[in-house]
Amino acid sequence: MKTEARLLIGLGVFVLIMGIVYGIWSKELSGTVMLIGTGILGIFPGLYYRYWSKRMAGRPEDTDAPVDAGAGFIGSFPGSSIWPFVLGMGCWLMVLALVFGSWLAVIALPTITFALAGATAEGRRGGAASH
Amino acid sequence: MVDVLEPQTAAHDDHGHDEHHGPSGIMNWLTSTDHKVIGLNYTVTSIIMLVIGGAFAMLIRAQLTTPNGSVVTLAQYNELFTMHGSVMIYLFAGPFAFGGLANYMVPIQIGAPDMAFPRLNALSYWLYLTGSITMLLGFAVAGGAANFGWVGYAPLSDALNAPGAGADLWIGALLLTGFSAIFTGVNLVATIFYLRAPGMTMFRMPIFTWNMLVTGILILLAFPVLTAGLVMLYADRHFGTHIYDANHGGVPILWQNIFWFWGHPEVYILALPFFGMVTEIIPVFSRKPLFGYKGMVFATIAIAALSTGVWAHHMFTTGTVLLPFFSFMTYLISIPTGIKFFNWIGSMWGGQIRFTAAMLFAIGFLITFLIGGITGIILASPPLDFFTHDTYFVVAHFHSVVMALVIGAMAGLYYWFPKITGRFLNERIGKAQFWFLFLGSTIFTMPGYLLGLKGMPRRMAVYTLHPEWQHLNTLSSVGAWMIGFSTILFVINAVKTTRSPKTAGPNPWDAHTLEWFTTSPPPHHNFYALPNIRSERPTWDYYHPDAPALTHDDHDPSHMPNAAKGATK
Ligand code: HEM
Ligand SMILES: [Cu+2]
Repeated sequence: MKTEARLLIGLGVFVLIMGIVYGIWSKELSGTVMLIGTGILGIFPGLYYRYWSKRMAGRPEDTDAPVDAGAGFIGSFPGSSIWPFVLGMGCWLMVLALVFGSWLAVIALPTITFALAGATAEGRRGGAASH
Repeated sequence: MVDVLEPQTAAHDDHGHDEHHGPSGIMNWLTSTDHKVIGLNYTVTSIIMLVIGGAFAMLIRAQLTTPNGSVVTLAQYNELFTMHGSVMIYLFAGPFAFGGLANYMVPIQIGAPDMAFPRLNALSYWLYLTGSITMLLGFAVAGGAANFGWVGYAPLSDALNAPGAGADLWIGALLLTGFSAIFTGVNLVATIFYLRAPGMTMFRMPIFTWNMLVTGILILLAFPVLTAGLVMLYADRHFGTHIYDANHGGVPILWQNIFWFWGHPEVYILALPFFGMVTEIIPVFSRKPLFGYKGMVFATIAIAALSTGVWAHHMFTTGTVLLPFFSFMTYLISIPTGIKFFNWIGSMWGGQIRFTAAMLFAIGFLITFLIGGITGIILASPPLDFFTHDTYFVVAHFHSVVMALVIGAMAGLYYWFPKITGRFLNERIGKAQFWFLFLGSTIFTMPGYLLGLKGMPRRMAVYTLHPEWQHLNTLSSVGAWMIGFSTILFVINAVKTTRSPKTAGPNPWDAHTLEWFTTSPPPHHNFYALPNIRSERPTWDYYHPDAPALTHDDHDPSHMPNAAKGATK
């Protein structure tokens, strides 16, 4: 986890410093805001990883662990699910509503709600097709 | 995960078919959350987009072959170059790289059973597919497709200058594909951070995976900015705001700042995956370990960091930007890029090079990208950019770059096709395709540089006042048609291959990384067994126990792969 944290913090600090130099030198607002925002976007998750890397034992993937160190439950991976497709169609209709008129949102919003509910329920059950 | 230490065999493969479950056919396509199925969907869809965008390019070049072409009308020409650029950038290059091959290969390269969020991954694909359809729908609506260039500059994209539904479809398409990209970025980063196999430390990851990690981070930094910019553009068009509207106190240049703050990192979001692919291919076909692994990693990170601070080199001529800052930052990027070229050449140096189609494409990528990089250095100098901005010099420059990406895409496809399908693409057709694509790209771009220096502007359908530009334009079109022909060769090859026998086996190229340890194609959840991972070349170490990769930080003999192997057996 250490390398992961360093990567994000390093990138974030670099962009932050660049943003400060740029801001002072150019006095141009939009770029300064975007650079500093981007820097923070790197530093925040980086600090989170650092917090955890200090508090947990080395993971097998960070050491010379033998391959069976990874045996056991590593997560549940649904084999198939219809909900991403339904959700995607809902989002598509929503975007088409931006173009062709809000009446399409009448179909889009229920579709999105339905899909989110379906996906959540499937997740709770551990996923019908998951294993 | 299983802990046996055996390469994958055909016997295992049978077992794989028993294990295969879930719906088949169209339902499999609709419901699968397997990263391999999604990766393939992405790959096929994006290649279709390459063909569509390429067809637009053929029309553009046909129109420009003569000074007063009549292939399309002036208005249609505006739609054509806008949609050509948009389809190629938003719908082909990015999705092919980070949604297609990366989706397929990254989990396998790090020994993971799938992406971290499989259903989110599927959603990414559906947003990408519907986004693509939305963009192309522009041709079907009154007023036609978007016609303000792929960059959508204000005020050309406002409600007054672009009143039609085509412009809104363009915005909607970018919203959909933008979220699709963001979700893929989340997935890549989470997968690489959390699902690596035991022993797969960060500094043992294949360089392709490293590049995809950095690409994923760049996506997360850059794409939200574009999405925000698009929301404001839509608000200006429909909700009466005046964010980019100079007549009511808005700032049109703000759009350019936002767009390029995404746009330049996007250049590296497009390029880094292909850098990664050739970095896998070159050492394998030189029968050497990669030269300068850590240098490669740090160069990738440095490129990403610097790429966030160069956006306004696209805006030198607006007169609103800090020229020395952006020029200097742009020059700095050539240092890590130079390191990469040095390492690629170092990896070939003294190796036993096998000139397979994949290797030829990889070398073609290096040469073509180098030309694009060098002319980029010219453009990074404000005085030279003032002279060449918005001319064909710029079109030629970025086409050297993007044609390099197409060549790199072919390198990746020829390299990984046996892994994905178990079958080899035909090498002879592949080599013919390479020469048409590589020489075609050169013949297509070189006249552009000269035309640009003579002053031919981009985005122009006729050049009636300059008939002397015709020779170079015709030459350029010949190059374009060679590229078109090479694409036909590829499609023929891919279709022909579906009938050839599955002879690839797990590790046909004697390669280095984990995807070559499992069967071709890999089973559901990717592996029946994994080797112990003690270097960045676990598969090589397994097959060559007496010639292990002595890695940069691994000089302790007990860490040698053969020692580890003895211990587990
Ligand atoms: C088949 C090979 C290709 C040919 C023959 C070709 C040809 C052209 C030409 C002639 C233009 C200039 C149109 C004008 O300014 O009037 C153009 C613009 C452009 N091309 Fe390509 N191109 C090809 C491949 C690609 C690829 C692979 C990409 C990206 C991945 C790409 C991205 C663009 C972009 C972004 C523009 C700018 C559009 C604009 O001005 O708004 N092209 N192309
Ligand atoms: Cu740029």
